[in-house]
Amino acid sequence: MAKRSIVPFGPQHPVLPEPVHLDLILEDETVVGAVPSIGYIHRGLEKLVDKRDFKQYSYIAERICGICSCGHGLGYCMAIEEVMGIEVPERADYLRVIWVEMSRIHSHLLWLGLLADAMGFESLFMESWRIREKILDMFDETAGGRIIHSVNQVGGVQKDMDSTMLNHLLETVRDMEKDLKPVVDTFLLDYSVQTRLKGTGILTADDAVALGAVGPMLRASGVEYDARVLGYGAYKNLTVGPITSSDGDCYGRCEVRLKELFQSFDLIREAVGKMPAGEISVPVKGNPSGEYFVRIEQPRGEAIYYIKGNGTKYLDRFRLRTPTTSNIPPLVETLKGCQLADVPVLILTIDPCVSCTER
Amino acid sequence: MNKVSKSPWLLHYDASSCNGCDIEVLDCLTPKYDIERFGIINTGDPFQADILLITGGVNSQTESVVKQLYSQMPEPKVVVAVGICACTGGVFKECYNIKGGIDTVIPVDVYVPGCAARPEAIIDGVVKALGVLDEKQAAMQKSRR
Amino acid sequence: MVGRNEITKITRAQFFPAVVQKKTENWRLVQICAVSVDHGYEMSYSFCKGYDMETYRLELEEEDEVASITQIYPCAFLQENEAKQLFGVNITNIKPDYKDKVYRIDETTPFKKKE
Repeated sequence: MAKRSIVPFGPQHPVLPEPVHLDLILEDETVVGAVPSIGYIHRGLEKLVDKRDFKQYSYIAERICGICSCGHGLGYCMAIEEVMGIEVPERADYLRVIWVEMSRIHSHLLWLGLLADAMGFESLFMESWRIREKILDMFDETAGGRIIHSVNQVGGVQKDMDSTMLNHLLETVRDMEKDLKPVVDTFLLDYSVQTRLKGTGILTADDAVALGAVGPMLRASGVEYDARVLGYGAYKNLTVGPITSSDGDCYGRCEVRLKELFQSFDLIREAVGKMPAGEISVPVKGNPSGEYFVRIEQPRGEAIYYIKGNGTKYLDRFRLRTPTTSNIPPLVETLKGCQLADVPVLILTIDPCVSCTER
Repeated sequence: MNKVSKSPWLLHYDASSCNGCDIEVLDCLTPKYDIERFGIINTGDPFQADILLITGGVNSQTESVVKQLYSQMPEPKVVVAVGICACTGGVFKECYNIKGGIDTVIPVDVYVPGCAARPEAIIDGVVKALGVLDEKQAAMQKSRR
Repeated sequence: MVGRNEITKITRAQFFPAVVQKKTENWRLVQICAVSVDHGYEMSYSFCKGYDMETYRLELEEEDEVASITQIYPCAFLQENEAKQLFGVNITNIKPDYKDKVYRIDETTPFKKKE
């Protein structure tokens, strides 16, 4: 039997902007087991519901994570609205979808860049992030912030987009699509990228369900599940379906995210076309009382928001189960049997978001 | 002796941030903002770093790491707190696991506000840090003479 | 399309067989949530199949023991460890047990008391 050794991976590692730690159990160069440990940047945000009222907390919810910020605001507000029985104006629903899809584009491009960086493909990293700047500029123009925009509020949205902004958004989307074509070709067809991604870290469909994988990780294994199909917000009026791949390897996860980029472009175009005029928010009276689970599809996968209100303006409990929490067990499974050199790429393919996970 | 500020090396550490400032720091290195044109290189090694960029407030877990990183950096060194959480604790100030801003643990020279801090602001902060770096170097040389 | 989203109350005796049944029917474990209430906890275990979601609600007294479901759903380990550390829910036989070290915090069970 080969000699066993334990190699610590992280918490500080060049491919990870955030601290996460794994103890890798190796037999020679092959990983036979991994023990994850998190907890470096736990802040205890869920506990802040005791100190901030439910309207103020939407700002905290957006700051759970800087990448999925828009979605967290949406999920939290949807949970409160469901409990209080608030009907959001239709235009607000559409605006929310546009912003959330924009943040999906920004998140996926960010991930593609980091993946390229993990493979040592520096110019592809730079190109992905260069294209990503365009959508950040659009956020800046429409919401007034690049990363954290605080557009969602209980009862609707805070800002409206006028026709100049919408036209500019459509132009940007068209430009980005054109710019992305060569990037997509490189990711999907380039020989060196394929050697790194194809056949690495295979997760079968059965394992994906048994281990509770979500998002692109689940869909890359061929399971059709995308929480947007549930039709929350304006998604009920838009064309949306799960994008899947069959292989369940790193290449499949990359392919799913690339295709989702183009799906988001289409959704933005459709939403801009169908968006009605009208109010963007309704006044909120009273306090939430009751409990509800909301599921929404974040860029990284399905996220669950739970709120429990007691009739006062301070909630009893807010809980967020983030996609990364669910994707860590499947990651540990896929790490078994891979080579030490593939570990950074594999960890990246779940698109880990540690500050979400630890809250 | 040449000036350090002609080619300072950066060390970035996430103390307990929400990721927003981190991706903006990373963004500074990419084509649109390209902080490398100032001769700056992002390094992972505190022994080679001149400027320490810290995002997020300090918690009990990262306190010792921040102190260690700071002590490992050679003199002269400058600390830049990026984002409102690194400056004061920000919206997370009242969380049970947050001690407060970076200056509760190590001395901070430049404060960059914002939630999330914009790349322009971060570049401004780094340029300001270069001035501080020069001052510190001059003071060091003077005391050596 | 509207998926089911229900919360079902369940007793401690029914709990384990119900989870085993979910597993044999290929439901996916979605989330585990603990809430502090007077004299105890409410534990919610959610499962998904297709687009339907079902949540089992288990009501516990403060000193009640509940067995870990990691033998049935190994992927529950992070969330069970979290509930144990932050709320002090008495979950036994978690595999792997982080022994209240999931999050590196100074306080013990910070979510147990309401401020």
